Amino acid sequence: MSADRPIGEDELHAYLDGVLDEGRQAAVRRYLDARPEERARLAAYRRQGEALREALAPVADQPLPAELNLNAILERRRRTLAARRRVAAAAAILCIGGLSGWFGRAAVAPPARGIDALGREAVDNHAVYASDTLRPVELASDQRATLIRWVSERLDAPVQAPDLQGAGYRFLGGRLVTTPNGPAALFVYEGASADRLTVMVRPMQIDRNRSMSERSYGALEGVTWSKDGLGFSVVAPRASTDLRPVAEQVRRQASFS
Amino acid sequence: MTDMGQLIEPVIPGLRRYANALVRDPAEADDLVQDCLERAVARWGQRRADGDTRSWLYAILHNLAVNRWRTLRRRGVMAPLEAVDPGSLSVAPAQEHGLARADVLRALDRLPDEYRGVILLVTVEALSYAEAARVLGVPLGTVMSRLSRGRARLASAMADDAPVRSHLRRVK
Repeated sequence: MSADRPIGEDELHAYLDGVLDEGRQAAVRRYLDARPEERARLAAYRRQGEALREALAPVADQPLPAELNLNAILERRRRTLAARRRVAAAAAILCIGGLSGWFGRAAVAPPARGIDALGREAVDNHAVYASDTLRPVELASDQRATLIRWVSERLDAPVQAPDLQGAGYRFLGGRLVTTPNGPAALFVYEGASADRLTVMVRPMQIDRNRSMSERSYGALEGVTWSKDGLGFSVVAPRASTDLRPVAEQVRRQASFS
Repeated sequence: MTDMGQLIEPVIPGLRRYANALVRDPAEADDLVQDCLERAVARWGQRRADGDTRSWLYAILHNLAVNRWRTLRRRGVMAPLEAVDPGSLSVAPAQEHGLARADVLRALDRLPDEYRGVILLVTVEALSYAEAARVLGVPLGTVMSRLSRGRARLASAMADDAPVRSHLRRVK
């Protein structure tokens, strides 16, 4: 019989716990056979384990209390998460409300200063002055130079009265008009069928460079844009003419002024 | 979800047993287990796919218990064992066997925490040494040395109680 490799303390515990390699079990048994005090020690450990298992077994055998029911825990968690999501959703809605209030403020607030406001102002002024048969303009076409000097000075910008003969519109004259954003120059033109077209110009504090956009305002139609801090709006009755080419002419002349 | 239920539910009785052995107050033990299950459910997706659910659950529970001990000790309200009402022990010492049960639990309570955890996990919860090492977050060698010292200490603590028991036997 060959001499056994020395038995380690770990092996005694593994033997006790029933996890020792089969090949070493016989060696441990021989070791214990030869040492009564070690045998007694392991026996005491075995009894202690049995006593512990026995003492604690009833806990594991008891029926689970309701609060330890996994489905109940899952359900509670689902509700908590749902509530949290609802809170988050409510917060998001509040946020959206706040944002749309902010971004939608132009729709409900007094006219702002931008390009939309310019279009509205131009339509308002067109409605008042273009329909005036007695005195649509303050300074008529024969005082063109005076008119230009006057409005340019008041607007503090070099304003030109465009020549729209090519589009079939005769220059009647112009005037200084009022807008919520300060003074503006209004030029009035008349077409072949006595239909009136107006061009309004005012300085822009915001939207200083905006591309052309077309918009209907009831019976009127307007084309609005801005360039280098000057805003332009061409307004005429809807369907009386195609406004776009006229607006293009205004723009072209303004940029060469 | 069913997968989760199938893996967690069989472990719950053992978790209760371990919690009861550690904190020795049934209501608090169940609070710990409930806490453990809630965390397990919440972190189910974070557990290592290759790790086994049983030792993962015991680890959560063990860490909760350790944190609780720390809190109690900081507050200094850890009741000395002698002050514990025997009725609050998980098993009432109603019979001859009951006496031995109460003795072993009382002896266990006198052990430092690091020994109690190892002994309970290996002996009562039948975790492998490697699983116990994962639960306790210590190397395997530490598990073995704690097991060795813990069992020796528990044996001597029980031996100390033995005269009392034999005295009671004699009276009876």
